[in-house]
Amino acid sequence: MEHNRQWPLYEVFIRARGGLDHKHVGSLHAADARMAIEHARDLYTRRQEGISIWVVPSKDITASDPAETDSLFEPARDKIYRHPTFYEIPDEVKTL
Amino acid sequence: MSAAAAKIDAPDLFGYVLRLGDLSLVLGQRLGEWVGHSPALEEDLGLANIALDMIGQARLLLSYAGEVEGRGRGEDEIAFLREHGEYLNAILVEQPNGDFGQTIVRQVLIDAFQLELYERMTRSADERLAAIAAKSVKEIRYHLRYSSGWLVRLGDGTTESHARVQAALESLWPYTVELFEEDDLDRAMADQGVAPRLSEVQAAWTRRLDEILAVATLQRPRDRPHAWHGKRGQHSEHLGYLLAEMQHLQRTYPGARW
Repeated sequence: MEHNRQWPLYEVFIRARGGLDHKHVGSLHAADARMAIEHARDLYTRRQEGISIWVVPSKDITASDPAETDSLFEPARDKIYRHPTFYEIPDEVKTL
Repeated sequence: MSAAAAKIDAPDLFGYVLRLGDLSLVLGQRLGEWVGHSPALEEDLGLANIALDMIGQARLLLSYAGEVEGRGRGEDEIAFLREHGEYLNAILVEQPNGDFGQTIVRQVLIDAFQLELYERMTRSADERLAAIAAKSVKEIRYHLRYSSGWLVRLGDGTTESHARVQAALESLWPYTVELFEEDDLDRAMADQGVAPRLSEVQAAWTRRLDEILAVATLQRPRDRPHAWHGKRGQHSEHLGYLLAEMQHLQRTYPGARW
């Protein structure tokens, strides 16, 4: 396991079926992108979970700062008018 | 059984299918020994996946062998309750795992062999073998991608990793000769269109291997005469220890299921 520390971390995204988005499923260590795809195949598609894999070096992901959660996300809380819940839906419309 | 298969000599077919099934069974068992011991968690699962594919192949083949034999033996009985000399795998697959590099070298040699063999066997006169081959080929292509990828990393890696896999190649190479040595059984199967000619498989295997070795900056050792005949049930001592572990549960608790 010691050598594992030298392998960079990759984030893994799997597309479950055609037409769906790639969803983040987890992460793994690999020496390069090719190995990351193989590891992702072995770790995350053992039970037919997907038909397509993306891997991204974790270091290339820029994340929002948890300390800024309040300023980033709180302001949306009281703006319920942004949800389209005030429309009358005609009975004829089955799926919306 | 198809019309073509009905004409195939049953005892011959039984022996031949055992050779194929035992190759997968013994290698699957060997690879399983890595579980919990691999250099990285990711490789643990990679090797375990290949081991499970091998066991899956063995189940299909040994079940079929039982049907061909026609004495009511099922896959478990054939896999777990035979004696040392009744296993017909080439002895390359029973060789110990050694270090990770040695396991990878053994895997490349076998993956390339199985790939060339099964690609051709999808056109077998025996429909059942053709179907098993078609299913297995997809798995084996991935196995070779994995194992050859690692061989290139190690061969073209550090001085240490290069030296180790070159040494592994030297020590395992003599056992590959047996894979392609055509005996009466291989000849009978090829004559009846059940299996491809081993000379043809060997030519394709050598080409494929040479490409991989070139990228991995490794030297192909020269063929040497050998005295092993695992395909006829003459094994190295390593198989005995492997069987003792593999058969322990079925022999201690006959018919155990879980």
